[in-house]
Amino acid sequence: MNLKLLISCGVAALATSAAAQDSNALAVDGEALLTETAAPSHMEIVDTIYSGWRFRASETQALQSDDFDNPGMIFVDQAIDLWAKVDGSEGKSCASCHENVEDFAGLRPTLPRVEDGELVTMENMINECRTDRMGAEPWKWSKGKMTAMTALIGLQSRGMPVNVAIDGDAAPFWEKGKELYYTRVGQLDMACSNCHEDNYGTMIRADHLSQGQINGFPTYRLKNAKLNSSHGRFKGCMKNIRAKPFKEGGEEFKALELYLASRGEGLVVETPSVRN
Amino acid sequence: MAKDVKPRVKVPKKASAGETITIKTLISHKMESGQRKDGDGNAIPRSIINRFTADFNDQNVIDVTLEPAISTNPYFQFEAVVPESGEFKFTWYDDDGSVYDTSKKIEVS
Repeated sequence: MNLKLLISCGVAALATSAAAQDSNALAVDGEALLTETAAPSHMEIVDTIYSGWRFRASETQALQSDDFDNPGMIFVDQAIDLWAKVDGSEGKSCASCHENVEDFAGLRPTLPRVEDGELVTMENMINECRTDRMGAEPWKWSKGKMTAMTALIGLQSRGMPVNVAIDGDAAPFWEKGKELYYTRVGQLDMACSNCHEDNYGTMIRADHLSQGQINGFPTYRLKNAKLNSSHGRFKGCMKNIRAKPFKEGGEEFKALELYLASRGEGLVVETPSVRN
Repeated sequence: MAKDVKPRVKVPKKASAGETITIKTLISHKMESGQRKDGDGNAIPRSIINRFTADFNDQNVIDVTLEPAISTNPYFQFEAVVPESGEFKFTWYDDDGSVYDTSKKIEVS
């Protein structure tokens, strides 16, 4: 092989390495987690969906492969203490009614869902318990206690495929979420789809664009060293495109959460994942 | 005592004699450097873990001095040779005088 050919091969290899998701396989403490599957039928442009884990650097990927190394687990530990902590006027803790947090296995993949005509997320359910049954102050959407608790409850479903209902009662919310996903907003005039559907796998300056899957939320981000809610992430995206973000926990983000969850149907819950 | 301090340690349960094992330790601690200022411009007092030790059957394995530049939730990973069954004891010393410890047994066959 002459030198010129060698160089062109090298360039080609370099180009592909930055151009798409990698082919690594994720296993947490020996238990394999699916990071790639066929896209659900309602997605028209994308054939295969990938977990955001596949777009991260190998060092970041390694952090998620071992629960001890996963910094998100520190917050899960805090939530275990919170679970048993009595709060509010009724003198109750989570554990007073829900004996074992393990009983919530299977909840995360089905959320958000419609209850009595309203779209309900895990944060809504936790705060409903706190205000109605514990007589306690509701937690703020993206603050430490809330993200820790959603991570603990989500962790019980790790490895289970996302499976949200998008028909029946949920259909109007799903349609609204879909519309938001494809609507260009902000000074940069961009929609979610411009990055996460049309250009996933390419670099946006120093960042490797993923498909914007939310199966790993709440996720530990290296940039702020804490757990981040999906709504907090949506807000970050909207700020980046110089749009005025919707409110965390508002109708828009809840609908978007449902739509995004449905785009990840078949991928497994990775909570708490590690991202950059 | 600083808030939410919780030590975590990972030691293999079993090993063969003379084997080199990897030990991972982490303690959740805010590691306030003393360099930062609060909203009113007053310095936030330093509050860090200043020393970490690991002992095996009362014999010291590692003794670390920590400085203020070490980030939150200090993590140590190190290797040790285990000649016999016994117990690892890990101790963290806080600036405020608190001492946190935890221990793990290991069985050598």
